[in-house]
Order: sequence, then C-alpha cells, then structure tokens
Amino acid sequence: MSNAASVAHDEQQHHPRLAHHFESLEQQTDSSLFGMWIFLATEILFFGGALMAYMIYRRWYPDAFALASSHIAILPGAINTAVLIISSLTMALAVHAAQTGERGKILFFIVVTMILGAAFLGIKGYEYYEKYAEGFIPGLGLEFRFPEPEYAKNAQIFFSIYFVLTGLHALHMIVGLGLMTWMFIWVKDGVIDTQYYAPIEIVGLYWHFVDIVWIFLFPLLYLIGRHVHHG
Amino acid sequence: MADHSQHHIVPKSTYYLIFTALMLGTGLTWWIATIDLGAMNNVIMLSIAVTKATLVILFFMHVKYSPKLTGTVIIGAVFWLLIMLVMTMNDYFTRDWLHFG
Repeated sequence: MSNAASVAHDEQQHHPRLAHHFESLEQQTDSSLFGMWIFLATEILFFGGALMAYMIYRRWYPDAFALASSHIAILPGAINTAVLIISSLTMALAVHAAQTGERGKILFFIVVTMILGAAFLGIKGYEYYEKYAEGFIPGLGLEFRFPEPEYAKNAQIFFSIYFVLTGLHALHMIVGLGLMTWMFIWVKDGVIDTQYYAPIEIVGLYWHFVDIVWIFLFPLLYLIGRHVHHG
Repeated sequence: MADHSQHHIVPKSTYYLIFTALMLGTGLTWWIATIDLGAMNNVIMLSIAVTKATLVILFFMHVKYSPKLTGTVIIGAVFWLLIMLVMTMNDYFTRDWLHFG
C-alpha cells in the first residue's frame, strides 16, 4: 500500500481490532460476516441430515408419527416459539444499539436475550420431564408406555428423532448463551465500538439461525397429528 | 471516516413489523393444525415456516441489505439441502412403483 493511502486511512489503520492482513475494518467485517454465513451453510446441512431421517421415517410410518406427535402438548412448544421470536427481536435490537453506539442498550438487550434463551431451556427441560413421566423416553432401559401399544414400536422412532432434533437445538441454544456472555464482557470492557461491532452481528446471525431451526421443528414435531387426533 | 456507518442500519420499526408478522405466523400455524385439511395441512404449515424463515433471514439477519455474495451462499446452502432431501425422497416415494417380472 502506498504511503499516501495509508496516511489517508490512518485512523482506521490503527483501530486496535484491525488485523494486519486486512486493508480496512470494513473489509474485515465483510470477511468475517461471510465466514459466518459459510459456517451457517454447514449448519443448515447438519440439521438437514436429521431432518432427512425424520422425512424418511415419517414416510414409512405416517400413522405412528401423527399419533405420537399428537401426544405432545402444544402449549409449551407454542410458548417456546414465542419466546424465541421475542429473543430474536431483542437480539436484533442489540445489534441496532451496537450500530448506533448505545453501550447501555447493547448490554440490556443482550441480557434480555439471554434471559429469554434460559426461559426457553427451562420450558424445554419441563417438557423433557413430562415425556419421562408419561413414559415416552425411547431406550435408556426405560419402559416405553405408549397408549396405543400397536403403534408403540414405531412411535419410539418418532420420539428418538424428537429428542435428537430438540436436543441438538437446545445444545445450540446453550452455545449461544455462552457466546452472549462473551459479548457482554466485550461490550463492558469497551472492545466493541461503533467501528468494531462485527462480533455482535455474528452472534446475532447465530441466534437468528437457531430461531429458524425452531420455526421448522415446531410444526414438524408438535403439529403434524393434531388435525386427525384431537388430544 | 467516522461519520459514515459501515453497514445499513435497519430502522427499529422494521424489526417490530417483522416481529409482528412472525407472531401472527405462529398463531396461524397453530390454528391451521387444528383444522383437517388432509395433505394440505403439511403444505400450508411448511409454507408459513418457509415464509417466517425468509423474513428472519432478510430482515433480522440483514441479508436484504448485505452484499450479493451473502445471498449466493444462502441460495447455495438451500440448493444443497434440496439436493439431499428431494433426491432421497424421490427414491423413497417411488420404490413401490417398481414391479419387475
């Protein structure tokens, strides 16, 4: 780079968070966001694999799947859907505050998002306990007590997929809470400023992705049998 | 340099609007699930889910305001996902069509 150019971009060149292999903070931000999207592409295919298993078994055993799904209480799942959508809004508002440089608001919205995330996991834990109490846990040496014994065998496949998909989703939520704790500290320590807020944006992308996964899991796991089995 | 922002700042009102649409979509999905529309139940619920996901991607994830490269990555990822889902289901849905000799 010529001397004139480096003088012209002097201030930006010396941003403490600008890595030496990038020309400008803007280029660095674009690159890191692009990298995050590539990662999310792999995540789409990761969850896609589990979704593939769901589709194949549902194609094989549609009646058992509809019946098993109708035994899941909708309300906690619907509340959790709302909780996640609200948390996506607060996450978007955290990024907005980062762009406008309102540090107090970033911290506030990160904390609210984390509380909502924790609430989601709490409700999910309650649902898991309910499944345990009702005898809907496949494997682990537990007795699988399905009300319609003729479908019990294939209903176990549904509940196996239910636990894998919701479990992987919950694991992503826990990782998200960790990332947000990290961001909270970075905002508090002044690492994040109006020039350098890409980390907040990236954590936001991750959180919205986890929300999108749930947008698909809710109808596929909770609602497929409702119109045939009113329970 | 300090007075121009690196990225488009989406107004808060847009976020509130998208949030409302997502909540309405969730309510609509629940309501549709209680009505027996046969095979259409699936089609409608998944269409609403795809619409909700698209809204999240375009506005919450800023893709509407991002470089075209970002959109290309997403279209690529969804295309790869569809290769897996569609081609596999092609097999499973047509297995019983075959009756040789």
